[in-house]
Amino acid sequence: MTANPRIYFDEMRGLVGDVLPHYRPYADWIEKQPAEYLAQKRQEADALFQRVGITFAVYGEEAGTERLIPFDIVPRIIPAADWQTLERGLAQRVRALNMFLRDIYNEQAILKDGIIPPRKVLENAQYRSVMQGMRVPGDIYAHIAGVDIVRAGEGEFYVLEDNLRVPSGVSYMLENRKMMMRLFPEAFAGNEVAPIDHYPDLLLDTLRQVAPQGVVDPTVVLLTPGSYNSAYFEHTFLAQQMGIELVEGQDLLVRDQTVYMRTTRGPKRVDVIYRRLDDDFLDPQVFRPDSVLGVPGLFSAYRAGRVTLANAVGTGVADDKSMYPHVPDMIEYYLAEKPILSNVPTWQLRKKEDLHYVLEHLHELVVKEVHGSGGYGMLVGPASTMAQRAEFRERLVANPEKYIAQPTLALSTCPTFVERGMAPRHIDLRPFVLSGKEVRMVPGGLTRVALKEGSLVVNSSQGGGTKDTWVLER
Amino acid sequence: MLSRTANEVYWMSRHMERAENTARMLDVTYRMSLLPYRIMEPGEKWAEPWALPLIITGLATSYYRRYTELSAESVLHFMVLDASNTSSIFSSLQTARENARAQRGAVTIEMWESLNETWLQMRNRTFADLTSRSLSEFFDWVKDRSHLFRGITFGTMLRDEAYSFIRLGTFLERADNTARILDAKYHTLLPSVADVGGAVDYYQWSALLRSVSALSSYRKIYRDAITPLRVAELLILRDDVPRSLHACMNAIYEILQGLCDEERLEPERLAGEIHAQLHYGKTERIFKQGLHEYLMNFVDQIGALNVELNKHFLVPTYQ
Repeated sequence: MTANPRIYFDEMRGLVGDVLPHYRPYADWIEKQPAEYLAQKRQEADALFQRVGITFAVYGEEAGTERLIPFDIVPRIIPAADWQTLERGLAQRVRALNMFLRDIYNEQAILKDGIIPPRKVLENAQYRSVMQGMRVPGDIYAHIAGVDIVRAGEGEFYVLEDNLRVPSGVSYMLENRKMMMRLFPEAFAGNEVAPIDHYPDLLLDTLRQVAPQGVVDPTVVLLTPGSYNSAYFEHTFLAQQMGIELVEGQDLLVRDQTVYMRTTRGPKRVDVIYRRLDDDFLDPQVFRPDSVLGVPGLFSAYRAGRVTLANAVGTGVADDKSMYPHVPDMIEYYLAEKPILSNVPTWQLRKKEDLHYVLEHLHELVVKEVHGSGGYGMLVGPASTMAQRAEFRERLVANPEKYIAQPTLALSTCPTFVERGMAPRHIDLRPFVLSGKEVRMVPGGLTRVALKEGSLVVNSSQGGGTKDTWVLER
Repeated sequence: MLSRTANEVYWMSRHMERAENTARMLDVTYRMSLLPYRIMEPGEKWAEPWALPLIITGLATSYYRRYTELSAESVLHFMVLDASNTSSIFSSLQTARENARAQRGAVTIEMWESLNETWLQMRNRTFADLTSRSLSEFFDWVKDRSHLFRGITFGTMLRDEAYSFIRLGTFLERADNTARILDAKYHTLLPSVADVGGAVDYYQWSALLRSVSALSSYRKIYRDAITPLRVAELLILRDDVPRSLHACMNAIYEILQGLCDEERLEPERLAGEIHAQLHYGKTERIFKQGLHEYLMNFVDQIGALNVELNKHFLVPTYQ
């Protein structure tokens, strides 16, 4: 962490201020570009995104409202050596998380061995008892993981969150690269930027690897909640890139524990479903009975091993914020390895002494809901008002088990093109980790940037933007 | 392919074609309105050119629910920009774009970008800038966007099932429209008997031909005065006129021969039946039956074909 929260590690200039070697070719190039040229390019980017229709729907506004996620024209560059560490650390972490899921839904050795208190798992709202005793192909539960990484202090990497349910954002990662190459092909000169365009191929290959046993040429589909979902663009994008059908619940039916889709040639069997629909909505016969987005009978087909769901049902118990502090233990327990990537120190408010500490230090901590996501329902201590802290204090005392707290990280910054030119803005990174027969990922991920000066919240729903992410090959 | 996908791309192209046809229809109406025309006797108010688009589309009832008087301005507003009219150009372009957005995986990137761009431009148009600039310029823009979309489809899309359904949508919509346009002229714009063959009559026929881009074809083929019999032959029976009923049914029948199989034969059979009537039809017979009756029967058959497509491909009901 850092002693002085006002000094941030900058991706381009580190802590000292000189341009770091891996940013040198880019810095030389951008210094030569006139401000008006950059401003014009930025407008061009907006127009292109609008034309291509890379938008997301906003909840709570009129149905069908579409917005652009602001795209920043300055790339975030990661040196080869840093990425190698990240890649190893991510693979290790996701491997352990998958082993944890297999374990708790079967033998529960980690609970019996006392590494994690059983009730923390079994009474977790994200634990799905319907999955108990069921094996899934390759023992893989989280086929697609979006692990949020931040840099703080003197540039150390920390894992902030493991997203193992339906992580989104990969389409922006891919479109941002396309946009950069279209706007500034010359900026790539002198940088050996690792390609990422093959992500959809890797994803499809991963999904085919986990088809039910005995299926030779599996039919893979992407299940979307529909065109009003905030990530609908991504669903259509990925389906198109993989050349698979984009289905809604109404397009599927289950007969004799087998899933079919309604086609112009009659029912056609489906073997693997890359579902972008939460557990709760998958099957009204098993989960929420009022769900019209799901497919009645889907779970019975799943349980019978006739169809693979990616990600599996019940992965939420592993990426829950209350489970997060235990991930390093999982790595040591299942892999007998030291964790390569660090966790952010976390206070668990259900513990009396942690709650006491947090209540005393609210003004300097970040408080998050255990089950929250998307940057909603959190308190950023240093940026909060007295009234907000008073309100959170009440909530914490009333329901301590619903919250965790972490130090306010001095998130690294990256130069960003804002109204009055270049200025540092805080960023994070979400690499996408694919697990099938092996663990694979494309170099980099989605870099999100908090565009508001001083803001540490990068979520698109809270005014965040995105950047292209360059991993250098050497 | 997925039935829902087939259904949405089919309606995507139907709506794009509809936007184009509406623009064509309004353009010809506008041209006719510039011509001095005879005020009809009481009870014959339909002779007002601005009633034409309402008759052709069958939207008069819904128009009078919202507007009290028949005027150029109101009809234009209703048919171009009114979001509550699902057949306005605004709504058609919106639906085409929404369907493409939902089915981005089934169409090419270029097709989607074109429809999206069209929609973004349409959305920013106001009634003021529609009327302040030349109306015809706007109608030309709509036609251009439709031509562009069709060209992009033709030039970029894999010849798969989705392509077949897109083409089906285009030709069904077009066949329906040509029949309606022809019927409207025959029934509603006939000036008084004294005017038959006169300047107004000539102008109306030529405007009608122009509205389906067939005026120069007419001249090339007949090199003679415009007569109803020949116009009917041109727009119904000739298969070398791209917007004629015969040309449309040629395309539809051919596509359905490719799509239908043993289990789904009825759409092909019905299309074949309609096609045969055109292929072996004679103008004299049509006029003997009555042009209006003939055309309305055709419109009904196109409707029945749409029902069969739904049943067998687009909205199957099996459980």
